[in-house]
Amino acid sequence: MITPKSFWSPHRFLLAAIGIGIIVSCAIFMRWDWLPDYYEIILAGVWRTIWLLVISVAIGFALALPIGLVQVRGPRPLAILARQFCTVIRGTPLLLQLWLLYYGLGSVFSTIPEIRGSAMWPYLRQAWPYALLCLTLSFAAYEGEIMRGAFLGVPKGELEAGRAYGFSEIQLFRKIWLPRAIQRALPTLGGEVVLQLKATPLVATITMIDVYGAFSKVRQDIFITYEPLLLLALIYMIIAGFLVMLFRYLENRIPTQ
Amino acid sequence: MDTISSFFESLQLLSLTPPGWGGNLLRGLLHSLEIALGGYSFGLVIGVLGACGKLYAGAFVRDTLACYTTLVRAVPELILILLFYYAGTDLLNQFMHLIGRDPVDVDGLVAGIFVIGLVQGAYATEVIRGAILAVPKGQLEAARAYGFSFWQTMRSITLPAMLPYAIPGLANLWLIATKDTALLAVVGFSELTLETKQAAGSTKHYMLFYCAAGMLYLMVTLISNQLIQRIEAWSRRGFAERGAS
Repeated sequence: MITPKSFWSPHRFLLAAIGIGIIVSCAIFMRWDWLPDYYEIILAGVWRTIWLLVISVAIGFALALPIGLVQVRGPRPLAILARQFCTVIRGTPLLLQLWLLYYGLGSVFSTIPEIRGSAMWPYLRQAWPYALLCLTLSFAAYEGEIMRGAFLGVPKGELEAGRAYGFSEIQLFRKIWLPRAIQRALPTLGGEVVLQLKATPLVATITMIDVYGAFSKVRQDIFITYEPLLLLALIYMIIAGFLVMLFRYLENRIPTQ
Repeated sequence: MDTISSFFESLQLLSLTPPGWGGNLLRGLLHSLEIALGGYSFGLVIGVLGACGKLYAGAFVRDTLACYTTLVRAVPELILILLFYYAGTDLLNQFMHLIGRDPVDVDGLVAGIFVIGLVQGAYATEVIRGAILAVPKGQLEAARAYGFSFWQTMRSITLPAMLPYAIPGLANLWLIATKDTALLAVVGFSELTLETKQAAGSTKHYMLFYCAAGMLYLMVTLISNQLIQRIEAWSRRGFAERGAS
């Protein structure tokens, strides 16, 4: 049990002092004069990282529901397809998938005249559709695997009770199976979203200027290594901490019984 | 007909000897596996020590370890790899300067293993800590009742008994390690992903090479899964008969 009194034992004061000392000496002895110049590009990068995260998680989660469901309930061909999709996405590095989509698919697209002439082409020439697609598929695969377990884990008795009350299959799914499965998956969802956040900087390798890309620009422009990386790590820690608190709040609001 | 023959022509680019690039890909795969294996082992060592520190050491060590695992798990691997890579080589060279030696050129392989190991160590610490906590109390009390010392208990009870609880998590970490090696492409280490990028860039057959590399990674994962299943069954021997799972 951690009470405020026992939390501030002497060694914690020492640790906190060391921590503050490191932060203060970083602030004093390192170069931060570049911050005002790059402040706008960094904020734009943070914003881009956040919307990339939010949209990919939202669409990915929506895709994860059917991916998890067909694996539990069938039909069989779809179940096999979903299973293979999860295996392939989870079995290869995200960086490779990203490059495959951006360079591979991009180079194929540019050889097809119909696509080059279409209204989509101005978008398909940019990096963000590929980044968003790749992150969404990745989240769908990892979360789909979790949803499969969650759908499986809903007690049979609850579904039978619903059937006994004369629920139709759709009602049963909407009112019992889905909410109970999401409730079971929620504790891991927060962790998955943090993992997804940590995957987003990879999009900088396909020329998208997210927050990581913004700091790479700083590093290339003024030849300093540590300051941008440390501040970048701090920004990711703040976002991750915020996400963890958000999901803890959500979890507490949803009754467990 | 034309597209099919040109497809087979492009497949020749995967042959093992130049002008094919297959040899390069396989060399990259070998480097990836070396780093994954080295980094994973290094991470396991950190994990066992870290878990013991978190469970048995004094408050100061415990909190320092808590900082390490929290920080590493909250910051993207890509940034950690860059930080550890630059900071590690810098610190080493400053140390060499201090003891009056010439600066050394750090081998990419060693740096990669070091970096992946530090990242893996944080996760392994948590996995092993949880597994040690899952060992039934009665077994440890029995050991104490028989007069086992701390180290004897550790060696013959705690570590073997925690294995079935730790192996699923550790297996997952191995799969993550093999995929994390791809991130070293960003610092210019020629593992599978970077070799693939170079091959694809110089031949302009992007789709072919990225798919080929994807297959190689997938093969590593699938073979690993087979091995993991066997290891899991082995570590749980004596578990199923008692009806516990």
